[in-house]
Amino acid sequence: MIKFDRVGKLYPGGHEALKNLSFEIAQGELVFVTGHSGAGKSTLLKLIAGLERATSGTVLIGHQNVSQLRRAALPFLRRKFGMVFQDHKLLFDRNLFDNVALPLHINGIVGQEAAKRVRAALDKVGLLGRERAMPVTLSGGEQQRLAIARAVVSRPEILIADEPTANLDESYATDLMQLFRSFNQVGVTVLIATHARGGEQSGGGRVLHLKQGTLT
Amino acid sequence: MIAQHKLALAQVLARARRAPLAWLMMVTVIGVTLALPAMLYVALDNMQRLAGGLATTPQISLFMAMDASREQVADVETQLKNRADVATWRFVSRDDAWKNMQADAELADVAAGLKKNPLPDAFVIEPKEHDNPAALDALQQEMQHWSGVESAQLDAVWVKRLHGLLALGNKLIALIAALLGFALLIITGNSIRLQIANQHEEIQLSRLIGATDRFIRRPFLYAGTLYGVGGGIAALLIVLAATWFFNDSVAEITALYASDFRLTVPLADMALPLIVGSALLGWLAARFAVGRALAGIENY
Repeated sequence: MIKFDRVGKLYPGGHEALKNLSFEIAQGELVFVTGHSGAGKSTLLKLIAGLERATSGTVLIGHQNVSQLRRAALPFLRRKFGMVFQDHKLLFDRNLFDNVALPLHINGIVGQEAAKRVRAALDKVGLLGRERAMPVTLSGGEQQRLAIARAVVSRPEILIADEPTANLDESYATDLMQLFRSFNQVGVTVLIATHARGGEQSGGGRVLHLKQGTLT
Repeated sequence: MIAQHKLALAQVLARARRAPLAWLMMVTVIGVTLALPAMLYVALDNMQRLAGGLATTPQISLFMAMDASREQVADVETQLKNRADVATWRFVSRDDAWKNMQADAELADVAAGLKKNPLPDAFVIEPKEHDNPAALDALQQEMQHWSGVESAQLDAVWVKRLHGLLALGNKLIALIAALLGFALLIITGNSIRLQIANQHEEIQLSRLIGATDRFIRRPFLYAGTLYGVGGGIAALLIVLAATWFFNDSVAEITALYASDFRLTVPLADMALPLIVGSALLGWLAARFAVGRALAGIENY
């Protein structure tokens, strides 16, 4: 499903974030990308989601070579993924419902069908009934779950989360991991970047450990 | 696809509802700016109407040759009768003219010095197309060549002058409209740019999760177009109000000249071009603004 073949990423200015990286992720897998901050975890996820372009090697998603996609084709690649960003990227000028509805609107799904899916997604993360609330009234953990609802609302094949538990306390983090596992159990490929080694990964899932841009 | 457009429109309308004052201000600015050339156009249009309706219509004086026969005079008369482009005409026989000349206090002395009647038979003709100098010229040229006609004179100088002035007025309006249109592009573009800046986060996020440029552009294009439509309607209302305001004074003046002339707004000619043109300007401004902004938020 996802295949990296000798992938390198060199940022302008000379910082080499990834070096000669090769691995494969099958459909339905649960994969943790671990390593210290600066090890290249975020870059790895961004290369997959088409948010950055590799400077060498090939990144295959399905059978598409992402590094050779035209700019106009990128939005359609990005729609295959549900993204949970490190900084949530919630929109604080609109309520929960509208936050979750955005990916559906981008996909051209509106009206009743959209409303149904938004409620289903909010239900999955335990925020149903608060659709009209504003994100600012949510706790940190709830905001993270809102971000997850937004990531899964358009039923992506691949869910990507960048440090989803970074600022949460232990019990919240465990809950959240449970949530990701539940998506994985219904067949979604899940990729999670985390700086913690051990702990969260317990209970199954492959680990890709990055150190200074290479797999160890 | 239609659903997407409805969604974008709903977003814009919701935004307008949240900030009605900002919206109203933009519409007013556009309306006032467009009202200026529109009012000039109305003024010019009324001037044209006034000029067309006044008694000083152009005349062609047709002088028969001194030796023209009665038949030739009759021929000219029948020709004039049959012509569609002649409104009215009047025959002045040489005897009548001679009598008039003798009766005229200032010309009586001159007439007394002449041994016989030097005046030819003449026709005074009012053509139908007052305000088309080219047609008038053509008519005069043709009459010149009728048999028995010595000369046909067109007193068209004032028609040409008026047309020169009206053409100048039209050019002036076009220039003012173009300049103000340019200013509107900048004003509207800037307002859209501010909106984009306000929604920077949404745009960036939308891009990250797979929005096409078209999707991102759409609500702003609608916003620009709606500004334009609103501004066009505002301009129209301003022009109507101004005309109504002026008409009291116009009535007073024209009453002195025993005329019931009133300013009218050529709504049928003006409303659609004004609103559509204004909408187009708004769209164009938004297109520029979004294009620049999207190039600025490049990721990848």
